[in-house]
This record gives sequence, structure tokens and C-alpha cells, in this order.
Amino acid sequence: MKHLISIEDLTTDDVVQVLDTAEALLPIALRERNSVPTLRGKVVCNLFLEDSTRTRISFDLAAKRLSAEVINFSAKGSSVSKGESFKDTALTLDAMGVDCVVVRSHSAGAPVQLSSYLDVPILNAGDGWHQHPTQGLLDVFTMRRHLGNLKGRKVVIVGDVLHSRVARSEVQALHLLGAEVTLVAPPTLLPPDVEGWGVTVATDLDAILPEVDVIYLLRVQRERMQGAFFPSSREYAHIWGMDARRLRLAKPDVLVLHPGPMNRGVEITADVADAHQGVITEQVTNGIAIRMACLYLMLAGEAAIPEVVA
Amino acid sequence: MTRILLTGGRILDPTSGTDTLGDVLIVDGIIEAVHIHAHDADATLDSDVEVVDCTGRWITPGFVDLHTHLREPGFEDAEDVATGSMAGAAGGYTALCAMANTNPVCDSAAVAELVYRRGQEVGLADVFPVGSITKGMQGQELTEFGELNRSAAHVDFFSDDGKPVASSLVMRRALQYSKAFDAVICNHSEDPDLTVDAQMNEGAVASVLGLPGWPHEAEEVMIARDLILAAGVGARLHVPHVTTKGAVDLIRLAKDRGLRVTAEVTPHHLSLTDDLVSSYDPVLKVNPPVRTNEDVQALREALVDGTLDAVATDHAPHPPELKDQEWEHAPCGMLGLETAFAVVNTDLIATGQLDPLAAIARFTAGPAAVRDVRGHGGAIVVGAAANLTVLDPDHTWTVDAPRLHSRARNSPFHGRTLTGKPIHTLLRGVFTLRDGRVVSDQEVRA
Repeated sequence: MKHLISIEDLTTDDVVQVLDTAEALLPIALRERNSVPTLRGKVVCNLFLEDSTRTRISFDLAAKRLSAEVINFSAKGSSVSKGESFKDTALTLDAMGVDCVVVRSHSAGAPVQLSSYLDVPILNAGDGWHQHPTQGLLDVFTMRRHLGNLKGRKVVIVGDVLHSRVARSEVQALHLLGAEVTLVAPPTLLPPDVEGWGVTVATDLDAILPEVDVIYLLRVQRERMQGAFFPSSREYAHIWGMDARRLRLAKPDVLVLHPGPMNRGVEITADVADAHQGVITEQVTNGIAIRMACLYLMLAGEAAIPEVVA
Repeated sequence: MTRILLTGGRILDPTSGTDTLGDVLIVDGIIEAVHIHAHDADATLDSDVEVVDCTGRWITPGFVDLHTHLREPGFEDAEDVATGSMAGAAGGYTALCAMANTNPVCDSAAVAELVYRRGQEVGLADVFPVGSITKGMQGQELTEFGELNRSAAHVDFFSDDGKPVASSLVMRRALQYSKAFDAVICNHSEDPDLTVDAQMNEGAVASVLGLPGWPHEAEEVMIARDLILAAGVGARLHVPHVTTKGAVDLIRLAKDRGLRVTAEVTPHHLSLTDDLVSSYDPVLKVNPPVRTNEDVQALREALVDGTLDAVATDHAPHPPELKDQEWEHAPCGMLGLETAFAVVNTDLIATGQLDPLAAIARFTAGPAAVRDVRGHGGAIVVGAAANLTVLDPDHTWTVDAPRLHSRARNSPFHGRTLTGKPIHTLLRGVFTLRDGRVVSDQEVRA
């Protein structure tokens, strides 16, 4: 795994390797064990061209628990607004001699372009609506920790799939692990030709719920109303939102996940959110372990972490 | 007296339907004789005739491009009339229609005459300015069609290309008013409400890449509206850069009903598909976007059956620093003049889909019938101005974008091996391209 740009580039074995490595590293992420010196001397650059404090801190912690040096390069808006082309920004990082670039961008494809300009490993921390691979991996990691093997497990993803990089990574990761995915959303918030993703598409959430093992709720932004994607958050919550009544249709041990930040009152009611807060918080910790695993697999080379793997 | 004999070539003259081996004798920029066999021509060889062996080559009318962005005035960092004319000469073109989206916009006789005269000064191609439909391309007030029409540039073709005339009322008025000058209205076919933030063709590829899509309906809705408006007022409409199967169907239907509509297609839309965008290489970003294979096949069929009258390049140079952005920030547009014939030859002629005479018609007589280009693209007959192109249909070459004559290098065909190349281009009997080399404007004027 040279880069991690899209789950599409991975095989099932790649995903399993990341999850197994994350499992081994989880005690460090949970601070049950001390940091390890595995990436000592390596420089990881967090290139954040879009604000995302949560993701940046998660990558920051992941790198530091492996003893890497971290530099943060933040710039809001486009490279144009700085009077520097994206390519020049990339070449500047190259000249500084970083070992890995973690890139977050509003622009879909920016990490792909970056990988054509630089030789170092590129780790995609979210690009436009395209991909958020570590989010997809941490989600399947969380599911696997609760359910074991995901083969044949039924997952429903509800919400704004069209504008969601998380959904794209999620569907592909679940696919590689053999889970069956159903998307439920207003038709306006489904990407064209989404059937080609190997998923089932449905509009009636209530009919699906009794069968599923996992309910994955996507964030729905209120401003989508202005784009006439749906009429009101009230109607959205009524038809596609997760509330206590609807949740009773599902299995009692159903797993409810959300990538955060939650829009309470739209895609999830406060009582459901609170009742399932435990797993949603787990996702955050698991995110650190997954990001450690990715950095480890991309940067450590032959360096072992015997005391952890053991 | 300057005499040039193009000898032993395959003469392809769409206007007369000629497709035969023969010679063309040019005297002082005028075609003096056609179809002289080589041995008959011997008589002329004792004097100072320059004999150009055209064996294995095609002799055609000079190419006419209805859709060129020469970027002058205002965007000379991308292209200017001189560099664009060099690219045109290299591509076999003798006439270029310069689009109006310059700065200032070509909405006055002053700008139109400037562009026209720059073309004459450079002397590598005749430049026919396109006037904007609306002042400043703002989509509100009509440009003074009459002033531009009666200027030295004789503008009879108006377009806000790059921006649609969104208002149906303004479009209808433009069509009505254009009739006073027998002018043609060419509306950028895009419903802007349907393409907010659009980045590439809407469809399966865009969905995976996470790029906001440009639905084919956006193009078709606008073309349908314009066809209805043009039919209603009896005006002439030209549809630029057609890209979808549905658009082809609309135009075919309109033509069947006898509407005065013409249409063009670009080489890139005849050749490229949206799956290439998975590289996120902004050189592939273009408006309208490259579409699906189904659309490409429909465009090719429409070019063959004549629903599409012309191949037009939509040559749109951009400086590298603007194209080296993230995809969403990069401007739309790609180079086209120097690769147009090679792309069509490689993908359609060499594959047997389009016969050479029909293909040449789409580069010459087809576009020449859309607007007045003063004889360019016309018949190869005695007494006509010697605006001619000599093509080698078998020459195989690899496109090297930095080596193209355009100031910019945003060619989507960079690195591709293509077959077919213009070898000589003659503007009124003067070589602008000789043996595959563009003649400098100083040499042309000498």
C-alpha cells in the first residue's frame, strides 16, 4: 500500500491487514500502552486545505503515538487565493523533505493530483465528495469489533449519499468485506447510476430495518433545503430520520453508527443519539488506531512493532 | 509571377464532389488550373514553377474553424492572434472564427476590427471575429449587430460562447433582430440552473469520483428551447459543440422539419469519454464536458449523416498555472487546432466510418456554409483564391503538447499517437505551413 487515496484501490486482503494492524495498535490508541518509537525520525505533513479540526487532531495523535514528527500546513480556500498553484504547493512540500502527506481538501481528486506531483506516500483525509478512506476503514473496524466477520451482514446507509465522501468509502469497504449494503435516501440525494455500486437502493426505511445488523446514518446538512433536495428538515426527520419509534422496528442489538458531527433533530433524534453514544464515541477512538495502522503500513517498511503485535 | 504546382495529389473538393488524382496550378495566389496531369504540366516546368510533389497526399480546400478562442485582446498569456494563427496554419486552417469572450468583449466594431486587422497583419490565417450576442456577454442588452456587421470585420455571426443567453426573451429578440443582417445566432447550449458548480459529465463516473455532474439535459433543454424560438421567428440558429445523443436527436428532427439550423462538434467530443476524468487531470476539464461512449457513437453517426455540419475545434488555450489547479478550480477548455484533423482521421476516417470526401466537407464546405468566410473552404476551381491544405493521411506522429505552436499547452491528446497531419497550408497561394513547418509571419509578409 503505497498511498491510501481511495478504498477502490484496495483489495480485501489490504483492508483486513489494516484492520488487523489497527487491532494490534488499539491499546496504544486507548493509552493502555505507551507510544512506540516505530516512526521515529519520520516527518508526517498534515496538509489541510479545508478546516477539519477533528480529523486533523486524530491524524496528529496517530502520528505522535508512533513517534513521528508532525508538521501542520493549513490553508483555507483554494491555492489560487494564495497566488500559488496547487502544484507549487506540492513541490514546496517535496523540497522540505517530508515522508508522508496527509491531505484534506475541499476539491475531489486533490490527493490523486498530489500523488502525480510527489513521490512520497499520500494519505487522503477527505477530498470533496470523493473519498474519506480512513473513515470508511474505522467504521468497518468498529463493526467488526462488535459483529465479528462482516460477510453476509446487512448494513443500511441512510441519508445524503450524493454529497458524502464517507458513503463512497463506506460502501466500497463494506463490499470488500462481503457485507450487503442498502442505501436509503430521498432520490434527490442519491448519485446518478448508484446501482452500479453493487448496492440495493430503497426509499422505505421502515421496511428495511427489521433485517439489518447496522444502521449507518449520514449527516444531512440543513442548507440542502435551499438546493431543493428536500422540502424541510421536519419532513426529512419524519421520513428518513432515526427516532425511538423507528428504532424499535430493528433488532434489539442493532448497531447505530454516525460519522459525526451529528445533526440532532434531523437524521437522528437526541434520545437515539444518547442511547447509542457509546458506539459513536468508540468510532472516534478507533479512528486513531486505524490512522496509526495506515501510517504504520505506509511508512514503517520492515520496522516491526513486536511488543504490540505479540 | 509566382507559380506553384501541387502535383500528383488526391484532390478532395466537397463542393463539386470531386475525389480524383490530379494537380493544381496556382498563379499569383489564384487557382489557374485543376486536374492537369503531370506530363501535361511539363510545359510549365521550364519556367519558374515551384513543383510540390503531393503523391500519397490529399489536396483539400483550406480548413475553416467556426470556433476558436484566440484570447486577444485581454488574455494574451494564453494565446494571441499570432500564436493562434500559427496553430491554425499547422492544423491546416486558413480561416479562424475568433470567439467573442475576450477582454473587452467583442461587442463593438472597435474590438471586431482590431481582431480582424490583427489577423491580416499576422497573415497566417484570415480571422473572422464573432460578435457577442449581448453587451459584455451579460445576457441582457443586445450587442449592436448592425455596427459590427457594417464594420470592416463584417460580422455576421454572434455568440456569447462560454455563457448561455439564459433569458428566453433576450434570445428570442436576438434571433428576430439578427434577420435584418442575415446573421446567425450561436447560443452556448447550457441551462445554467442545471449546471451550478458542475465539474464533469453527470453519470456513473462522476458519481464515483464525487464531482458534481453536468447533466445532458442541461444541454438538451437549451437546444430544444432555441430550436423552438428560431423556428417561431424564422431565424438562423447555429448550435455549437454538440455533445449528447439527445442533442443530436433534437437537431436531426429540426433539420427534418426544414429548420434553418446548423451544428458543430469538436474533435475532443468525438474522441474522448468521461472515464478519462478518473485521473483528475484538469487538462480534461472542458465545457461542455466529455460525455459517454454512447454519446460519442451518436456524435460520430451524426457527423457521418450530416446532422452535424462541421467539425469545430473550440480551441481554448489556458496558461499552465491556471490548469495546474485542483480540478474544481481549473478553467474549462482544451487546445484543438493542431490535432483536429489527426483526431478525426485516426478515429473516423482511418477506421472507415467516415469517407474522406465527407470528412473534408466537415472541415471546409460545412463550416463555410454556416457564415460568410469570403470564399474559404470553397471549391477548388479555376479563378478561386488558392486557400488550400495538403494533408498526409498516413503520417503517424505523437502529440507533444509543449511543442505545439499555441502559447498554451493544454492538449488532452498529449502523448497520444495519431495518424494524419497537414503538410502544407496555403493562404491565397502563400505557404503558411510548408513541409510541416509553420512559416513565420515575417516570411509570409516578405
